Amino acid sequence: MKKPRTMKLSLPEEELVGSGNLACQGCGATLAMRYVLKALGQRTVLCIPACCWSVIDGPFPHSCLDVPVYHCAFETAASTASGVKAGLEMVGDTETTVVAWAGDGGTFDIGIQALSGAAERNDDIIYVCYDNEAYMNTGIQRSSATPFGAWTTTTPVKHFKNRPKKDIDAIMAAHRIPYIATASIAYAEDVYKKAKKAKDIQGTRFLHIYAPCPTGWKSRPEDSIRLARMVVQNSIFPLYEIENGEKYTLSIKVKDKKPIHDYLKLQGRFRHLTEDQIKFMQEEVDKNWARLLRKVESSD
Amino acid sequence: MKKVIMGNHALSYGAMLARSQVIAAYPITPQTQVVELLSEMCADKTLDAKFIKVESEHSAMAACIGASVAGARTFTATSSQGLALMHEMLHWASGGRLPVVMGDINRSMGPGWSIWTDQNDSLSERDTGWMQYYCASNQEVLDTVIQAFKVSERLAIPSMVILDAFALSHTYEVVDIPDQAKVDAYLPPFRPQVRLTPDDPHAFGGLTSPEHYFELRYKLQKDMEKAPALIEETGREYEKMFGRYLGLVEDYLCEDADIILVTSGTAGYTARVAVDEMRKGGIKAGNLRIKVFRPFPFEHVRRIVKNAKKVAVVDRNISYGHHGMFFQEVKSALYGQDKSPPVFGFIAGLGGRDITPSTFKEIVDITLSKDKPEEEIIWIGVKR
Repeated sequence: MKKPRTMKLSLPEEELVGSGNLACQGCGATLAMRYVLKALGQRTVLCIPACCWSVIDGPFPHSCLDVPVYHCAFETAASTASGVKAGLEMVGDTETTVVAWAGDGGTFDIGIQALSGAAERNDDIIYVCYDNEAYMNTGIQRSSATPFGAWTTTTPVKHFKNRPKKDIDAIMAAHRIPYIATASIAYAEDVYKKAKKAKDIQGTRFLHIYAPCPTGWKSRPEDSIRLARMVVQNSIFPLYEIENGEKYTLSIKVKDKKPIHDYLKLQGRFRHLTEDQIKFMQEEVDKNWARLLRKVESSD
Repeated sequence: MKKVIMGNHALSYGAMLARSQVIAAYPITPQTQVVELLSEMCADKTLDAKFIKVESEHSAMAACIGASVAGARTFTATSSQGLALMHEMLHWASGGRLPVVMGDINRSMGPGWSIWTDQNDSLSERDTGWMQYYCASNQEVLDTVIQAFKVSERLAIPSMVILDAFALSHTYEVVDIPDQAKVDAYLPPFRPQVRLTPDDPHAFGGLTSPEHYFELRYKLQKDMEKAPALIEETGREYEKMFGRYLGLVEDYLCEDADIILVTSGTAGYTARVAVDEMRKGGIKAGNLRIKVFRPFPFEHVRRIVKNAKKVAVVDRNISYGHHGMFFQEVKSALYGQDKSPPVFGFIAGLGGRDITPSTFKEIVDITLSKDKPEEEIIWIGVKR
């Protein structure tokens, strides 16, 4: 009899994120964790500050993760991880990968001082920021990762956010750390590959993962992957790597750059925007994209 | 080996002899020499430890917490504003049941900027679940760091070893630095029951419902209640090995005293000088120096002061809108006792104003001139 033909899997089957977690439907942050842990494996410890993941993991005494987790204070993901790494080494464990796993608020805002400190010291940790572009765990308040134009509960439509998203990757690049990568949960293999690459590098590594939040974005759960793909294809959130703070490489070369219009229309948080405002945003996206391309070109 | 060292270096030597494995610290006057010497010790391998040079005290304590949960013996030191910045993480360390040991140099809180001593920095942290030891000599500082690790690790509760800015931190004294081998025999390596490791994955400190949280705090208090006996037990053990007892309090000529001065920190040794002078002048004075403030040594205080005619508590701190904090605690210890002397509360020496033997003479004169305190707070040396 002929053996049934099976598709070759592009990701390892092993799951370190269990079912029964407390994520919302269509949660991008949960997929980010799944893909990253598939790459890092079981010899990983996580330091998770206040963020959606401190809830998703499950309440005491439960945990949906098959790796140890230290729930740390909001602004301390990086500094706690630095301590864990030093502590593990002093008790003879030099193999375990130590990960700070934080949301955008814990990274762009309250945790940036500790992150900058760890990066400047080049402490041997992987810092993962899953970015859902607002304080989602506390009920959708704006963060400095919230994009221009977005509604949140603290940027109501009459006073929507009128400042651009903070360029955290450029800030991290200025620290000249060995590895920075942006990733999006729509590109699972790319997330996996980058986490795998980060694992084998010494020093501070920074992964910035785009993670849609249907609850906070007022989008449909079934659109999460679609949005995470569109945001790359319209270059709002390009996928690239930065090595040693200076070598920029595009991961996905977008040939036919899409307008941002359709992406915005799938999300309630942008519903109030006028065509003029969308035009302004498009111009900003184009400028950012051109700026990134210049960095990529000058790296060649 | 005897050496003439400053109080700050007594902390460093204590941390070294305890074989601290991870140190994370940020500089602040008047603590800097503690971490400078430890950096050198780490650099020249006198001490096999990792020194994380963090960007703030908040990160210092966070890194200590991370290292401690990973199973390493962990030390830091700070002062004043730095301690205040750590406040959130002090709760995290004790709530997480991590036996971090920290040196705190008592320095006044700003504004205005002051680098001089008073106790408001550490006493503002009295409810964070840390044990607090107030030291009066460089020898006591060194010995207490070693003992503090032992007690902390046994109870899974962090400790603060506290000394006065300049009056002790920058004062040089002869200190007996014990042999490493003997310290190793006294203080075994840190072996926590559970730690953060992929070999035995657990989640630490996750969302805790009202169903569980209450019991976790009950257990912290119950273990804190075990500390007084354990401090005395480990103190006697220390005495057997090193010839110096480390207790909860130190009483000086209290047994037959008519008036007992209750003090803490270096003021305690100044009070002894004053007591000697007063005894020569026919006043039967004594001094009770409270060394351990948390847990508070209720039984010792009750026993030692009960036969005195009067008690004068001298606080180098104030709880605004209430009293000096040692005064509060002494009164609370005596509440409901069949026989207890009147307690007078004095505030002296804030912001590094000197406390001298004549300060205590004035305090005793006031106390003896009145049957009971007429004011809630008696201020000594304040310019009005």
